[in-house]
Amino acid sequence: MSAFLKTALRNKSFATGFVITCVVVLMAAISFVWTPYDVTDLDIGSKLKAPGWAHWFGTDHFGRDIFSMIMVGARNSIAVALVAVIIGVGFGVPLGCWAAARGGLLDEALMRGNDVIFAFPALLSAVMITAVFGPGAINAIIAIGIFNIPVFARLARGAALSLWPRDFIMAARAAGKTKTRITIEHIVPNMANLLIVQATIAFALGIIQEAGLAYVGLGTQPPLPSWGKMLNEAQTMMSFAPHMAIIPGLAIVITVLGLNLLGDGLRDVLDPRLTRKRD
Amino acid sequence: MLAINKLNLTIGDTPILKDISLTIEPGKILGIVGESGSGKSMTALSAMQLLPEGSSTSGSIQFNGHELLDADDALMQDLRGDDIAMIFQEPMTALNPVHTIGDQIAEGIMLHEGADKGAALARTEGLLERVGLPVSRFPLSRYPHELSGGQRQRVMIAMACAQRPDLLIADEPTTALDVTLQAQILDLLRDLVEEQNMGLILISHDLAVVAEMTDEIIVMRNGEIVDQGKTEDILHHTHHPYTAQLAEASTHIPVRSQPPVLSHNAQEAGLAPLIKAQKLVRDYPTKRESLFKPGTPFRAVDHVDVTVYPGQTMGLVGESGCGKSTLARMLLALDTPTSGSIQFNDIELTTATDEQLTTARKNIQVVFQDPYSSFNPRHKVERLVAEPLYLETGLSEAEKRDRVVAALEEVHLPASALDKYPHQFSGGQRQRLAIARALITRPALIIADEPVSALDVSIRAQVLDLLTELRQRLGLAYIFISHDLSVVRALCDEVLVMEAGRIVEHGVASDIFDNPKSDAAKMLVQATPNLERALNNRRAAQKQ
Amino acid sequence: MILFLVRKTLWAAVTLAVASVLVFAALEIVPGDPAQVMLGINATDEAIAALREDLGLNKPVLERYFSWVFGMLQGDFGKSYTYSVPVNELVADRVTISLPLALLSLLISTAIAIPVGLYAAARRGSLADTGIMALSQVGIAIPNFWFALLLVYFLAIWLQLVPAGGFPGWEAGFFTALKSLLLPAISLALPQAAILSRVTRSALLETLGEDYVRTARAKGLSRRSTIWKHALRNAMIPVLTILGLQFAYLLAGTIIIENVFYLPGLGRLVFQAISLRDLIVVESVVMMLVGTIIVINLLVDLAYLWVDPRLRHRRS
Repeated sequence: MSAFLKTALRNKSFATGFVITCVVVLMAAISFVWTPYDVTDLDIGSKLKAPGWAHWFGTDHFGRDIFSMIMVGARNSIAVALVAVIIGVGFGVPLGCWAAARGGLLDEALMRGNDVIFAFPALLSAVMITAVFGPGAINAIIAIGIFNIPVFARLARGAALSLWPRDFIMAARAAGKTKTRITIEHIVPNMANLLIVQATIAFALGIIQEAGLAYVGLGTQPPLPSWGKMLNEAQTMMSFAPHMAIIPGLAIVITVLGLNLLGDGLRDVLDPRLTRKRD
Repeated sequence: MLAINKLNLTIGDTPILKDISLTIEPGKILGIVGESGSGKSMTALSAMQLLPEGSSTSGSIQFNGHELLDADDALMQDLRGDDIAMIFQEPMTALNPVHTIGDQIAEGIMLHEGADKGAALARTEGLLERVGLPVSRFPLSRYPHELSGGQRQRVMIAMACAQRPDLLIADEPTTALDVTLQAQILDLLRDLVEEQNMGLILISHDLAVVAEMTDEIIVMRNGEIVDQGKTEDILHHTHHPYTAQLAEASTHIPVRSQPPVLSHNAQEAGLAPLIKAQKLVRDYPTKRESLFKPGTPFRAVDHVDVTVYPGQTMGLVGESGCGKSTLARMLLALDTPTSGSIQFNDIELTTATDEQLTTARKNIQVVFQDPYSSFNPRHKVERLVAEPLYLETGLSEAEKRDRVVAALEEVHLPASALDKYPHQFSGGQRQRLAIARALITRPALIIADEPVSALDVSIRAQVLDLLTELRQRLGLAYIFISHDLSVVRALCDEVLVMEAGRIVEHGVASDIFDNPKSDAAKMLVQATPNLERALNNRRAAQKQ
Repeated sequence: MILFLVRKTLWAAVTLAVASVLVFAALEIVPGDPAQVMLGINATDEAIAALREDLGLNKPVLERYFSWVFGMLQGDFGKSYTYSVPVNELVADRVTISLPLALLSLLISTAIAIPVGLYAAARRGSLADTGIMALSQVGIAIPNFWFALLLVYFLAIWLQLVPAGGFPGWEAGFFTALKSLLLPAISLALPQAAILSRVTRSALLETLGEDYVRTARAKGLSRRSTIWKHALRNAMIPVLTILGLQFAYLLAGTIIIENVFYLPGLGRLVFQAISLRDLIVVESVVMMLVGTIIVINLLVDLAYLWVDPRLRHRRS
């Protein structure tokens, strides 16, 4: 692993993305034990302060410290996007592999099912879920997660279909191995690179989507701070406290940029055409 | 006409070509032969000035008074397609899928002659006619995907010859084609050279093809010319040891110390067949013809009977798409026949229980064509070669390891290979690994699907020797599938000739090659390039 | 070709049917009585019973589903509880904002992304290419609604060049109305354009490596005309796929963006409906949007026919 990191860090995209991602994750982790101010502390006396020494990123209309809110918000963004990716991978990859291994009608049916889900962008699912169950962070996770399923299912199916006719799979079949076993032993490990790259991208997209849902009130609910919610609150204060809108937005942009760079870097680093000569 | 002098080429920091010098005159055919990585194609692309990015060249390429290495884009664009033309190896991808063949050929005519579209298309009809694609059957509005590989290569030739170029470069123009198509395309090229008095550079890995076609030969290896001269001189006197080695390897026949195992002898001796397939049929569903009419199923294998006796090597030959591989998959129990039966020893494969299948699989193993896709790139050799041991229960890790080492030894690979990944081996070594994997369950029958087609000739000869040696030492039977008759002849006891899903001829290998009876076999034998025959013909022509 | 057309259309219809079942089912699983949910906990039993009757909740599920579907097919989306007007009346006004907004942003995004992507690919490795790629990398990371907020801040609040939001209505004149959609459309379009330009670039680069491009060069075509005549159309095949997917994002994006610009479109309607628990409106709007996405995807599939002759006839 450390040998891999050493090679990978020579890739500029990967290195930049890796550092940014680490900082964001670290910030989220630290927020569990320490934040400069308590995010539930309302201090009307120091409301709408511009960024300065006491409050690095300034304060909001309730006098809450924006830096602390960004830290806690990172937690929320990461959690939602990560669980949504896990849902996407957890359901999508087995479905895609299953479709590819079985083929025929099952394959057709599963892929048509995917098309149906593709017609429901996360926002629409979230709208429906919220209309039925009321608002909450879980909605965002489910809505984004559901949309991730066909993304990973398609990717896994495509990769598996290109692997199945390969001779080494034939050899495994000639050794009497079952399709399930071959999928686990040969198919999935050989698509792992693709999945890792796609997972990073889906993670980044998840953060944007979560922010969007929270912004329109379909995601995380107060009092827990979230980046999207902060933007929503900032909207009416734009003319006199632009920092309230600029800072959470920058947090999103930097995090997403970091993840995308990480994904791009991974794609290059993991590309078998380039790594053939490794080890 | 074309004179390359001391051409050096590096791409990035890697030297690709060293001191290449050659000349070609109108109406002559120059062959460039060499194994993969010898720099044949790069020499051709240098003359076209279509080298990959990052290339730097020195030396000189003189063409009709132009120095091509100094030529600017405008000059090169005038020359390309007009005075120098090129056809490529892979006809399936060399044509643009979204344009009609008419438009693609007419494009060059419009570009170089300034003709309007109508006139260009009219000329195109004539060109297609000339390469054997009459407009009545192949209208200009056809798209490449509606043509077969051979037809597409004809389109490429029509395109290349549209401006009656002075020089045509053909880079492995027939490697992707079946032998009968190869013969037709080569004939066409030869006729065009004569007709248009153009120079042809024919690049090939196949010495026999070059021997039949060319006036002069250049032998390349590792980016250098090792041998050069008139075709008959080079191949008769073989002045360079590498040329001799290539010639030997391409006609290599493994030494056998046992007589061939023939079916009627085995029958008389009362031997039971190892595997006996009867009336095998495999249908594939096809796309619907229209909304209301389902497609008629495609019969890939049509009532085929195959019997192989212990220790026998059965060749299976036929053109691509004749059903060879489908048949092999059914014999391996990887595909279920639509009807028919396959008896292996006492086991009926089509209805076997899992336990019976395990026994059968231990005894029937397989070696595939492509040594690069035969192995999971993420596993080490120890695990790769041990894969079929999944069929044997109760082996400890140490026992498995011992079996792997033993199997590696059989194919002359050291035990140190255990901890390596497949990409650390060359193509020939990988094919040895594939054979080791097949041997590990101590099978009675190995089905080898084009096991040497992807290998260079010298490595091919080594692998054929290995297969022969193993057959003798371990008493193996082979079903040897190939489109290459010379290889089949070198190895097999008996041969089955397949055409359109049927077995059209079955007999002793030497009989079939010397005296083919069916049309399919005759065509195959005649079309297969044969180095000795080519040389004899030349010698006869010289004497006259 | 006809087979392809029929199959695609049929599948779109099936997808639509399945989607309608999903949307319908979502409302069926509302915990408790939908009428109760819609009226809130203080409602009287009579009011609930009346609403149940009104909504047809006493009828069997299948009957309700089919009457909903057939109603929709005839343009009848039911009646909004809170507004007491037919949903299609409510929606009709809103659609004339949301749909033009989505289309306008798709137009802007495509008009920017494809030329930029092609330019970058044609000059791979140049300063311009590196710059475009860096910019698009950042562009992808920008949430469209934040971009919208920034635009409002700089252009409307700071420079006071444009109004901060609102919609004068199409009655106010085509261009006046279009102008108020321009800022929202741009903020939706730019992040999408960033993605699309990268896709375009890599698609063109991929096709430039194909054998037929080398054939065209060997024929004597210049690099430039090789790109125009041979690479471009092949490169459009993957671009088209992404374009189809993007429309779904854009349509969903309009719902969010309308909030930034106070546009009375479908998005505003849906959020009001959610807070008022007007399930019928939510159901109808979601179904309409999903339907639009499916239809657009069908159109994209049909566009393949035009780009890729291999799909047109499967002779041989």
